[in-house]
Amino acid sequence: MENEAGALSRVAGLFSARGYNIESLSVAPTEDPTLSRMTLVTIGSDEVVEQVTKQLNKLIEVVKIIDLNDGNHIERELMLVKVRAVGPDREEIKRLAEIFRGSIIDVTDKSYTIELTGTSSKLDAFLEAIERSAVLETVRTGASGIGRGEWILKV
Amino acid sequence: MSVELTGAEITIRCLQEEGVQCIFGYPGGAVLFIYDELFKQDKVRHILVRHEQAAIHAADGYARSSNKVGVALVTSGPGVTNAVTGIATAYMDSIPMVIISGQVPTSAIGLDAFQEVDTVGITRPCVKHNFLVKDITELALTIKKAFYIASTGRPGPVLVDIPKDISQQKTKFVYPDKISMRSYNPVTKGHSRQIKKAAELILSAKRPMVYAGGGVILSDAAPQLTELTQLLNFPCTNTLMGLGGYPATDKQSLGMLGMHGTYEANMAMQYCDVLIAIGARFDDRVIGNPKHFFNENRKIIHIDIDPSSISKRVKVDVPIVGDVLDVLKELIKLLKAEKEKPDQTALKEWWKQIELWRERDCLKFDRSSKIIKPQMVIEKLFNVTKGDAFITSDVGQHQMWAAQFYKFDKPRRWINSGGLGTMGFGMPAAMGVQLANPKGKVACITGEASIQMCIQELSTCKQYKLPLKIINLNNRYMGMVRQWQEFFHGNRYAESYMNALPDFVKLAESYGHVGMKIEKPEDVEDALKEAFKLKDQLVFMDFITDQTENVFPMVPGGKGLSEMILV
Repeated sequence: MENEAGALSRVAGLFSARGYNIESLSVAPTEDPTLSRMTLVTIGSDEVVEQVTKQLNKLIEVVKIIDLNDGNHIERELMLVKVRAVGPDREEIKRLAEIFRGSIIDVTDKSYTIELTGTSSKLDAFLEAIERSAVLETVRTGASGIGRGEWILKV
Repeated sequence: MSVELTGAEITIRCLQEEGVQCIFGYPGGAVLFIYDELFKQDKVRHILVRHEQAAIHAADGYARSSNKVGVALVTSGPGVTNAVTGIATAYMDSIPMVIISGQVPTSAIGLDAFQEVDTVGITRPCVKHNFLVKDITELALTIKKAFYIASTGRPGPVLVDIPKDISQQKTKFVYPDKISMRSYNPVTKGHSRQIKKAAELILSAKRPMVYAGGGVILSDAAPQLTELTQLLNFPCTNTLMGLGGYPATDKQSLGMLGMHGTYEANMAMQYCDVLIAIGARFDDRVIGNPKHFFNENRKIIHIDIDPSSISKRVKVDVPIVGDVLDVLKELIKLLKAEKEKPDQTALKEWWKQIELWRERDCLKFDRSSKIIKPQMVIEKLFNVTKGDAFITSDVGQHQMWAAQFYKFDKPRRWINSGGLGTMGFGMPAAMGVQLANPKGKVACITGEASIQMCIQELSTCKQYKLPLKIINLNNRYMGMVRQWQEFFHGNRYAESYMNALPDFVKLAESYGHVGMKIEKPEDVEDALKEAFKLKDQLVFMDFITDQTENVFPMVPGGKGLSEMILV
């Protein structure tokens, strides 16, 4: 979409006005600074997703839409999670972070902040693997997606 | 080196470049510089309304009756919020309009300044697009884009919000000839393979039906719709928004369909085997319950410029995205070249069935009544004006009777708020129609409830000598509300009675117009004739009509098209 003020609110407004769900939404400017790329995750029947696509296409600032489910795609989400890490838990959490290929990016004597990237379900799995009461804070970006191989979204 | 112009000058120059002759508006603090520039020129005429809602409705009526882009100018804050009803009305009916609004200076935006509202935010869900101009060098291009977006693709209102300081700043004025936007490229031509498929389906039809909506009017395709329908000898029904797209007095017309559509139109919709939907969107007031409407033996062709209108409420078999005019031309060419014809015996049988439905005479009413029947007033109006008037309406029973009983043979003659259903639309819209068609006969069919929602415009009509004929069907009730309360709420008429009505004759006279009160059926025709003889004057005709009259047929909410309540 055009990298213009208000474009994001048009998308968000459309979803609330028409009663569609936004599971997650991530957006940032691209290598062409006049364009932003948004990955939006929604859940609905084929008919609903078709309507969502058509309605989004009507927004003047939306340049192009692809449904990543139409082909093979890769999807990644970034999560920062702050966990309580004291005593024997410190080692356990560190090991768990390694298993999930996360990295500890901030340390205090009481906590770790772990950076984790992956599909949304992998991030969910990590949160399930550590004790719930240990989680102090999480922040997630929502999924970003891209087509596999030669499948390119180009304007 | 060309001279630099202020934002206000540029705004007016842009309107001139677009060929805008007439705009509707109301001044205020944030648009003072723009009004100052309007004052200094005489190419763009400004019509001063009495309330911003009316400015938008008037620009809307102007656009609908002329196929030009309607333009309105309002100030910030309450100027804009008053305009919102009008903008939403135009949006629902896809009317090309450009609304220019003033905004507080850029330095004051976000500081809760006097008369500040988030105009772009408030109007976002009811415009095709909107802009806040924050840089004077983008002003001309933005206005160009606004006109382009409003008038192409599926038309709609576009708003340009101009902060006061932008209207003061100066820059070089260049108005672009052409415009292209990478994110906005509306299709016009339909896919030829799809059109071919449609032609094949049409040729295979045994019980065909043409269902044409407002898209036919908007794309100026009435002649092509008529040609196609007559080429094939198919029955045709029009939606509320599509009236006039096919001549209503022609025998192939089944009249309007939908909640208050004719028996024959609704039955034919339900039982046809090939449905050709043209510039229509299967909305809830048209097909009733979509589950009931579903018929696996019926194939549907759907022509529409807006892909999101296709398969939204009803799944279709042959979708064609394109401008109705282009697609119909192409379709007619294909069908004319074809040697084959649809099964004529089957078509004859189908027409026989339709005639049986027609014999049900679903629009009958008591013609010998001693009280004025509203339907009779419309019939007489049709006769007196020889079917050649521009008719605007408000919303309610009178609107349905107007749609049922005034036989529109031409497009752009029937101007009403179909989608949003805005009471108060009729008179201001009629002002716009009259200004776009100075020689045309313009009548506003209304009721005593609706007319009071924009009654202040009688003053505007006086100022600009707009000789409207106001047909007030006065039944002392919000008739449609009363009808629903009678049918579905145990005759409990909660707040639907209109008490303490003004003396409309005196009211009209106090504004300097002519008022008439008509109480007897035998006086109706003479009164109408007399009113239309007063060519230069607005005549407010207060018809005292039957309080208990209901609109029939009626498809109750949630029911199917063939489950009508009949007289």
